Amino acid sequence: MSDRYIARSPRIAARKLGDEMVVMSAADSSLFTLNEVGTAIWQSADGRTTLQSIVAHQVCQQFEVSEADAMRDAEEFVTQLSRHGILLVSDKPIESSSGGTR
Amino acid sequence: MPILLRTTDAVFYSLLVQRYQDFLSSFAQPQFEFDVELTDTPEADPDADVCVTRAGSDWQFRRGDFFAQWDPESGRGTVRQSANPYSIDSVLRIVHTLLLAREGGFLLHAASAVRDGEAHIFTGRSGAGKTTLSRLAPPDATLLTDEVSYVRKSESGYTAYGTPFAGELAKAGENISAPIAAVYLLVQGPENRLEPMDEAETVRTLMRNILFFANDEATVQSVFKSACAFAAGVPMYRMIFTRSSEAWGMIGAAKQIEMMA
Repeated sequence: MSDRYIARSPRIAARKLGDEMVVMSAADSSLFTLNEVGTAIWQSADGRTTLQSIVAHQVCQQFEVSEADAMRDAEEFVTQLSRHGILLVSDKPIESSSGGTR
Repeated sequence: MPILLRTTDAVFYSLLVQRYQDFLSSFAQPQFEFDVELTDTPEADPDADVCVTRAGSDWQFRRGDFFAQWDPESGRGTVRQSANPYSIDSVLRIVHTLLLAREGGFLLHAASAVRDGEAHIFTGRSGAGKTTLSRLAPPDATLLTDEVSYVRKSESGYTAYGTPFAGELAKAGENISAPIAAVYLLVQGPENRLEPMDEAETVRTLMRNILFFANDEATVQSVFKSACAFAAGVPMYRMIFTRSSEAWGMIGAAKQIEMMA
């Protein structure tokens, strides 16, 4: 998982409200609220950066957390969101990811 | 938004007139019109799943008891259903959700009432107390609906309109409108108390209670956008209430919180 690329699905609606990111899947209308760490991963999910790189450069630098712990949580987070089609995961870079983040 | 319903059945016609009596008007040119064709479709089951899909420029609404087709551009559509008021009621709700989604408004699963010239909206899951609060409304409050609130974007904010869509009270709201002062999420509790909700919580609560039947991307995106814009402009509170008429006193308290903020 850590060497995979992640991208925000274009089939979502998202808005940052305060410190939280509220994300809604257009596919199944499920609604998620991301905490600060989740929001950092979400905002970096551009399809061109691996999860490992996001965790190392965004999560560990912004939040006081060990890389091993952060990686484990990030993998769980990505698995959950990808199950609802909110995040796309691929072993190759993902092109033309949008994602409606504002 | 004037909608013309056309039927050749005299009994069904009088049923419609009776059901929507306070909401009837005589527009020479209605914005939208439906031909209602009566058939022997099964009984209405309001809990059955509605399927709303796009077929080219047309929308199609389907439930066990009705099938409707509608072209929002021409404004024309047809409904096939049996002679019961529940099917047409559902079709009209769906039509309004689609129309409102285009202009930043929505239908909210909520009771609403006007007091002192301002509308207050009470949402919450079934059994949270919408009907109870509607029943306890003081004489100077006018009920817009006990079930489905109609929210439109206006120049200066948002306006709530009365609807004929009734819940347990089985009574249509008054056909009036007023600017929306606040939205309350009803929660039963041991005392009467108001807690301001932040924007993220407001959006989450709205999204759980906005009626939308079409799950296509464009509709979901526009409803979400409308909820975010609404949350940025209208205060929302968690209203913990004891199911007594004193709950209505908290509306004044909400005003004071607003003024202090």
